Amino acid sequence: MFGKILAIEFRLRMREVLTPAFAVALPLALLFGFGLMPDATKPAKDLGGESLAEYMAVLGTGIAFAILSLMMLPGVLSDYRERGVLRRMRATPVRPSALLTAQLVINAGAGAVTAAIMIGVGAAAFGTPAPRGFGWFLLAAALCLWELLAIGSLITAVSPNARAGNAIGSVLFFPSMFFAGVYFPYDKMPHTLQRICDCTPLGAGIRTMRDAWLGHAPHPYQLVIMAGYAVVATAAAARLFRWE
Amino acid sequence: MAIIEVNGLSKRYGGRTALDGVSFSVEEGEIFGILGPNGAGKTTAVECLEGLRRPDSGTVRVLGLDPQADGRELHQRIGVQLQQTGLPGSIRVREALELYASFYDSPRDPGELLAQWDLEDKRDARVRKLSGGQAQRLYIALALVGAPRVAFLDELTTGLDPQARRSTWELIRRIRDEGVTVVLISHFMDEAEELCDRLAVFDSGRIVATGSPGGLIEQATGGGGRMRFRPVGELDLALLAGVPGVTDVRRSGTHVTVSGRGDFATAVTSVLARNHIVVADLRIDQSTLDDAYLALTGGAPARD
Repeated sequence: MFGKILAIEFRLRMREVLTPAFAVALPLALLFGFGLMPDATKPAKDLGGESLAEYMAVLGTGIAFAILSLMMLPGVLSDYRERGVLRRMRATPVRPSALLTAQLVINAGAGAVTAAIMIGVGAAAFGTPAPRGFGWFLLAAALCLWELLAIGSLITAVSPNARAGNAIGSVLFFPSMFFAGVYFPYDKMPHTLQRICDCTPLGAGIRTMRDAWLGHAPHPYQLVIMAGYAVVATAAAARLFRWE
Repeated sequence: MAIIEVNGLSKRYGGRTALDGVSFSVEEGEIFGILGPNGAGKTTAVECLEGLRRPDSGTVRVLGLDPQADGRELHQRIGVQLQQTGLPGSIRVREALELYASFYDSPRDPGELLAQWDLEDKRDARVRKLSGGQAQRLYIALALVGAPRVAFLDELTTGLDPQARRSTWELIRRIRDEGVTVVLISHFMDEAEELCDRLAVFDSGRIVATGSPGGLIEQATGGGGRMRFRPVGELDLALLAGVPGVTDVRRSGTHVTVSGRGDFATAVTSVLARNHIVVADLRIDQSTLDDAYLALTGGAPARD
């Protein structure tokens, strides 16, 4: 029963192309777009000694996580609520929460695929090393996905319709990009701004994933920040979520 | 045996009373209509039966189960087509049926339902590409895929063209003929008169009448109806006013309208024949559920 829901939701997401486009095509485009630039594989002073390809691998993973969580998840779920897909399910033996869970699993899975592409294709095409602190990387990526998906669920919970869901998602997405260092490299930011970035959900996620990639243990307070977002947003979403 | 029993069901939203002590029962194998204007409490009542809403007071038993306490068990045995519900636009017809079939312990075969509801050649179509009638058939099939004993169908024909409405009526009869008890929520009188074995008329959160369509018409309007004709030559209206069963005679232009109850029309025609009065453009309208409904809900005076 849950397997069937998961299988069909997976097929629907593949059919509507956006999820695979953001989870697979976008990271590949970023990786190749920046990886093929001159000197992209050499350590760069601007990036704290990291190569551009390596930096993009982490940044691309984070961007994909944010798109999946802040835009795809609220978009699909608020559309389902608006169309009455969730309401229709309420009168069957299956709880509509099964559909919510399936969506979380699919988006988390898509995020994992993105990370794997960044590690695997990055290594194959540009010789970027795999994350040196692999366990830390897994923990950082998992926490980052969890907090972002929880925030995405919270967006769905508080938005009255699909349009509002998309709007709130976008409003959160673009500043997230800034604080993640997409428009302006993190390493060139003033110190105070860096600390602010470290306190945002995506900024903290990217910082810890980068640290892990370079083989450093993450700062404990970064993990606490992410766990805090995750727990608070999960609890709030669970409380506020409406099926219709 | 009653398959649904409702006693003293009440529900308030804030300060507004949606249901006020509603009681009725539905027998196994019938098409039971729930009628009333918008906002009369029909959908709230049915949602209480389906376990989607918690009543403030009163008892509800569907198939002997309490929808609040035994919701999961109940949902295995009922099929529901709710208003304002849908499917993801890109799901295919066949996938939707298979998905819903997977929710139930002993579902019907999706392939068989596709054939039965004339969706065979649409099996691979995406739901958003279906016509109104096709989508309607799919929604009915989804309500039946769990092999329910009771099907709740809410405002099935709203928004359909007259032809699609008529074919939907055929489909609803087919569901009943397969032994499924049908609870039909509607605000169309013709639909209820045509389909329902018995019905309950809701108005402002109460039931104002229950019975068969014929019984309700009889009870609310005294049966009968109106006849209208153009007399060829002179006609003294007093002659007709005295005919048994006639309640009203009036002239409008060249036409005469006679209202009455029971078998008044036969009596009027024989009086006309005895007096050698020839009439043209004769038209007899039986009282309909519409008239009864207006009389019951106080929409307009139908009684003399």
